Amino acid sequence: MKITARAVLIAVSLLAFELPVLGEETSTPSGAPPGWPDPIEDSGIHSLVLVDQLEYWGSDEQDALRWDLISWVGGDYHRLWIKTEGEVLTAGAGGELELFDLQYGRLIAPFWDLLVGAGYQRVWGPGSDPDHLYAVVGVQGLAPQWFEVDANLRLSEKGDLSADLEAEYDLLLTQRLVLQPRFETSLALQEVEEFGVGEGFNAVRLGARLRYEIRREFAPYIGVTWNRKLGDTADLAREEGEDVEDFSLIAGVRLWF
Amino acid sequence: MNSFPTPLDSLANRRQFLRYISATGLLATLDGLLPAWAREPAGLATGPAARAPGEPIDLFLRWQDLAFGGRRGRAITLNGTVPGPLLRLREGEDATIRVHNELGEDSSVHWHGILVPFEMDGVPGVSFPGIRAGETFTYRFPVRQSGTYWYHSHSGLQEQLGHYGPLIIDPAEPEPYRYDREYVVMLSDWTFENPYKVLAKLKKLSAYYNFQQRTVGDFFRDMSEDGLALTVKERLAWGNMRMSPTDIADITGYTYTYLVNGLAPGDNWTGLFAPGERVRLRLINAATMSYFNVRIPGLPMTVVQADGQDVQPVETDELQIAVAETFDVIVHPREDRAYTLFAEAMDRSGFGRGTLAPRPGMTAPVPGLRERPLRTMVDMGMDMSAMGSMRGMEMGGGKMPSGAADHGDHPGQMTGMAMGEGEQACVPGMTPCTGPEVGRHGPDTHGPGNTSVARVQRDRLGEPGTGLEQVGHRVLVYTDLRRLADDFDERPADREMELHLTGNMERYMWSFDGKKFSEVQGPIKFNYGERLRLTMVNDTMMEHPIHLHGMWMELENGHGRRIPRKHTISVKPAERLSVLIAVDAPGRWAFHCHLLYHMDMGMFRVVRVS
Ligand SMILES: [Cu+2]
Repeated sequence: MKITARAVLIAVSLLAFELPVLGEETSTPSGAPPGWPDPIEDSGIHSLVLVDQLEYWGSDEQDALRWDLISWVGGDYHRLWIKTEGEVLTAGAGGELELFDLQYGRLIAPFWDLLVGAGYQRVWGPGSDPDHLYAVVGVQGLAPQWFEVDANLRLSEKGDLSADLEAEYDLLLTQRLVLQPRFETSLALQEVEEFGVGEGFNAVRLGARLRYEIRREFAPYIGVTWNRKLGDTADLAREEGEDVEDFSLIAGVRLWF
Repeated sequence: MNSFPTPLDSLANRRQFLRYISATGLLATLDGLLPAWAREPAGLATGPAARAPGEPIDLFLRWQDLAFGGRRGRAITLNGTVPGPLLRLREGEDATIRVHNELGEDSSVHWHGILVPFEMDGVPGVSFPGIRAGETFTYRFPVRQSGTYWYHSHSGLQEQLGHYGPLIIDPAEPEPYRYDREYVVMLSDWTFENPYKVLAKLKKLSAYYNFQQRTVGDFFRDMSEDGLALTVKERLAWGNMRMSPTDIADITGYTYTYLVNGLAPGDNWTGLFAPGERVRLRLINAATMSYFNVRIPGLPMTVVQADGQDVQPVETDELQIAVAETFDVIVHPREDRAYTLFAEAMDRSGFGRGTLAPRPGMTAPVPGLRERPLRTMVDMGMDMSAMGSMRGMEMGGGKMPSGAADHGDHPGQMTGMAMGEGEQACVPGMTPCTGPEVGRHGPDTHGPGNTSVARVQRDRLGEPGTGLEQVGHRVLVYTDLRRLADDFDERPADREMELHLTGNMERYMWSFDGKKFSEVQGPIKFNYGERLRLTMVNDTMMEHPIHLHGMWMELENGHGRRIPRKHTISVKPAERLSVLIAVDAPGRWAFHCHLLYHMDMGMFRVVRVS
């Protein structure tokens, strides 16, 4: 009896039910009439400019100013990335733009972006100033155990293929004092003499930086770095009378906005 | 840590001054002031409104500079205050509320937990186009329920800026419990930062506000307690997931000032009582992102209402109130002394504080913040049996501050193996309890917008909230809630639906079934007249307070005809729970996580009932 009454009630209300504003079904996420605003803004454009390294290297040989900048702008799935890394020697007016990459990145897995784009590389100083353009494809993301990883494959306009890998890790000594070990290596599939690059694994760089986050966005640091040229690249360096190994003390600042 | 200096004289003088000016009607023109119901300790909030039933109410939305804890910030006020005025309606009346938007930007007011025609629900882009700058929108709806509720903006991040207030509906029939006076206790979180800047920071670095992360020192401490092998194993397990067990709250006391009725802890909101009186506290969590653990040391609380619905009275010593929930409790202070009302942020990065006292100006000791809790492998939805014996790592409880966690000596109770079976002895306040496994996750991992799935899904309705596992006193749990009314809708569910709560903390993306709101094709369809069982599975490692507009969710917590009705349900990490819904409200309705920034980042859907 009770059920029947309820069924009748439902039937009646269904018949009597009008859809004044409910209107036509639309295929927008809200199904609301056209012209209405979105209820939330979950696909806004965000950005990051991270100056991961802006630092002074002091060593027995040449002092240098180095930078490493990573930035992106875009949404959650699609982003435009700009990365640049390089150094300027404080004496001798030489330097190297190790990379300037402009890439499109897409979120392909929860912690990983796939990046494709183009870049520019240049060495300057006494003698010739070689430079070249290259195409680059890479992955960037967070590996298990919290390693921040950036791996790239570059194909220069001359057809030279090279690869590089960077990994860094934040070890919290306190909430604001962070030790960041960093590992970099690069590999060339053929010799590129004007860049002093030999075939095979050509260099490894190990560093450790101890930063204090005055704010999350601003952290001065000190550190050490050890570079070692390898294989054919080391041989090329020896021919040029350069050291194949060096050790530097670092002071710098990490900042982002 | 014991008490705050209170400028008694200036407070007392201010009160007299305020009493004077409120009597002269100047109140609305002054800024920096509290709403009358929060300011007046004798309690203008006690008892029904003087307003005649059906008489229109006017709300004016304005930007104003207000002081929070002695520092001024730019807030959105309703009739000049944060929180906005206490709206007191009567069950059975036809409410007319005119909202005048003087903000210079679009706004809205949503009546949280109130069953209204959907055009009056106040969600821009769902129920109406919003209230344009400079315009007035008149809400009209029949009042068909009673209890403690609240209202807030549903536009952008305005709620973070102070756009919220309490809403009480007095019942047509007398309530089945006695009290001598009542206070609204509205908890909230205030930041002096622009909320869009807060969001931008989370998008760049989601752990930005977490200053309670695990350090090298914690590693060595754990190693000395648990041994090297276990500690390393535990760290590797977390590292493998790329998640932090310290991720309790996305936004913390680093930027938040936690407010009680708009007052910072040092400003000490005070409610007066005469010893022996029963005092009803209408607890409302109007925070955007903060769960609170609420207790009044020395006073047990009898919970009589949850989300505005009467429940069978249950006495407790502490309760966790999720964002957007309400609990009504009755306390019975017999002594002639002050009691501290302590609302500790769940991540223990700060607290809200008030006082119940026989006379103005009295204070009681303010407890210290307890040690921050940790997420556990249960929260991760890990398969414990596959993990092998990982004593001490499975429970955040193993690292709890109370010292009760003596995890070296009781391996039978504390190991993952025992919990994997879901049948370990539970001694409240002593041994961490974890509910039984009730489901496993399928192969779908919900795409790149989701970082983890709850492989093992548990019934956690009987568990205390995060950080309250071992506090050594009674804590309210969802299985304590039984509805008082014998009005259960007996129909079996016509249809079942399952939704997963998902997200990618690294990107600060939040979603259902791995899809942000903007990624779906259209609303979720409910059929008018049906009885629906909605199952929710939380694949993330955070609690999400899930809120359905327009219809009650009846939480299937094992009490048959007495399952409680709620408008907001906090779903624990790796929890699987279900609710019954009588789909009786045609229209488009919002359904979302009530953590404001989660909602805005995509954990939102429209439900279409037709
Ligand atoms: Cu959420």
